[in-house]
Amino acid sequence: MGRYIFKRVLYMIPVLLGVMLIIFTMLYLTPGDPVRMMLGDDADEAAIAQLRSELGLDEPYLAQFINYVKKIVMKLDFGVSYVTGRPVIEEIMSRYPTTLILATVSTLVAIAMAIPLGILSAIYQNSWIDNISRIVALVGVSMPNFWQGLLMILLFSVNLKWFPASGFTTPAHWILPALTIGTSGAAAIMRTTRSSMLEVIRQDYVRTARAKGAPEGIVIWKHALRNALIPVLTIVGIRFGASLAGSIVSEQVFSIPGLGKLMVDSIRNRNYPVIQGGVLLIALAYSIINLIVDILYAFVDPRIKSQYSAKKRVKYAGKEGQGSVG
Amino acid sequence: MLSIRELYIHYITDEGIVKAVNGVSFDVQEGETVGLVGETGAGKTTTALGVMRLVPNPPGRIISGDILLNGESLLGLTEAQMRKIRGEKIAMIFQDPMTSLNPVLTVGDQIAEVVRFHNKKTSRADAFKKAAEMLGTVGIDPDRMDEYPHQFSGGMKQRVGIAIALTCNPGLLIADEPTTALDVTIQAQVLNLMVKLKKEFNTSMLLITHDLGVVADVCDKVAIMYAGEIVEFGAVPDVYRNTGHPYTIGLFGSIPDVKKKVKRLSPIQGLMPDPVDLPAGCSFEPRCQVATAECKTLKPRVGEISPGHMVKCTHHWREANHGHSS
Repeated sequence: MGRYIFKRVLYMIPVLLGVMLIIFTMLYLTPGDPVRMMLGDDADEAAIAQLRSELGLDEPYLAQFINYVKKIVMKLDFGVSYVTGRPVIEEIMSRYPTTLILATVSTLVAIAMAIPLGILSAIYQNSWIDNISRIVALVGVSMPNFWQGLLMILLFSVNLKWFPASGFTTPAHWILPALTIGTSGAAAIMRTTRSSMLEVIRQDYVRTARAKGAPEGIVIWKHALRNALIPVLTIVGIRFGASLAGSIVSEQVFSIPGLGKLMVDSIRNRNYPVIQGGVLLIALAYSIINLIVDILYAFVDPRIKSQYSAKKRVKYAGKEGQGSVG
Repeated sequence: MLSIRELYIHYITDEGIVKAVNGVSFDVQEGETVGLVGETGAGKTTTALGVMRLVPNPPGRIISGDILLNGESLLGLTEAQMRKIRGEKIAMIFQDPMTSLNPVLTVGDQIAEVVRFHNKKTSRADAFKKAAEMLGTVGIDPDRMDEYPHQFSGGMKQRVGIAIALTCNPGLLIADEPTTALDVTIQAQVLNLMVKLKKEFNTSMLLITHDLGVVADVCDKVAIMYAGEIVEFGAVPDVYRNTGHPYTIGLFGSIPDVKKKVKRLSPIQGLMPDPVDLPAGCSFEPRCQVATAECKTLKPRVGEISPGHMVKCTHHWREANHGHSS
């Protein structure tokens, strides 16, 4: 298993290099001369040429790319923000914890709502619980985040005054945005849990568990749920990965200084170094989440695990009653 | 031991009511092996699941009749009381070992949990010790306790199924086509193992099969099932030598004779009736060689053609009740 994880981490290198190549090339091909933009239109040619060679911009494409990668790998240098003049890494890192908290809390909210409801829905298929959960899920998935966010602000901040309407400084600030992002995720996760569970509880091994006299709780939790978890893990992973890129709409509605807002602002200002750094970070986060999901698969399903690791037989200590028959 | 009385089980679906089991009555005595034979769709598995009260509901439902275990009606029990019966008093071995073991649990765990369902005071360690012992009993190295079902072959998995079923030393073992999914060489091994262990554990057995050869080898009595009814029941020698029901005669007729050279096999003409739309009279009438006009309308009654040998056919009933010897 350890070897598998190590191998997977190594695989992330070409993925990230590929991402760097794409972003770098896009920027390289973007019309406009960054040096002229920095120095202004009336700068003299000698100064422009000097700055260009200082920045390495007179070198060929490949050399520039290698230089770009080198700077990132050796010094974590993603360049400097055109707007604030601060290093991109600082700019992003000042926003990232907020996004990380929001993503984690909203995913937890989604899981906490979705998985129990999905299981109940499947067990009591076509009952009132199932119908209500499905309607709630439908509403959750169809309601746009900005609208849901505004409604929540109206109800919980303006009328009830329970939670603050904007900002992201205390845990009380987390609740409304996390609920807003969480419910749309919950709808998808709930539907996946339900359908996966429905499939699993019809399997022969669930009938075997019942035939052994297993109490219903054990049938569901021990025998069915673990088998139903694989597609659920996949969708949770995708949702979590997506929310790590920042939730642009919700951050806007709740005025949260997260990565999504930074990216949108940077795109608006053509602040290329920040966009580059941000995209790279999002790609990295996605790769890591993917890796975690894959590792979790192996823990949930021994058949997947045995594909990864060399066969290892664990000896059982007790050797009583070793009669051989047949 | 087990006594099934006038059992009716129907599946209520949108397409109509599937009459899977229609007035089945037979007994399994202490220590006896009874074969339940019939073609696919005859209602054999539904009968077995009915005894376990595991007919999937919806759509399945036990409509009427009774199932008595040692004189006690199983249909009157609560779900909690029934759980104490399953696995402890009546255990079941399923048809497809590939799908009837839980892929995410070790075989040791799957055997050990039965012990703990029925004896809550047993420690985990003792339950696993018992599981190791049971694995040994069915001829699997107890060292393989911590392996998962996918690491075993089909025959081995069915052995695990047998171990699970016998762990609590049940009075009655229901084996639902336990060897159908296995290859021919393994079939004999598994069957011999079952017969041997049945004697060792002193259990009664209801063996569901469509193999008349297996019945002749293993069973004391045989029940022939057709379209949800038992059409013939009796001791194996009686039924085999003094076959009564035209369907049973057809079944024996369709077994190819190794000594005769024939161009074609002689199957029973026609197909089993649609269980949604059974004939008004005898279910076998459309395929029967000796059917008369009254068979179309008259429900056949059971006649005892020799002591303990029952045939559900209007002609035999008349002979039996009017003193003509058969």
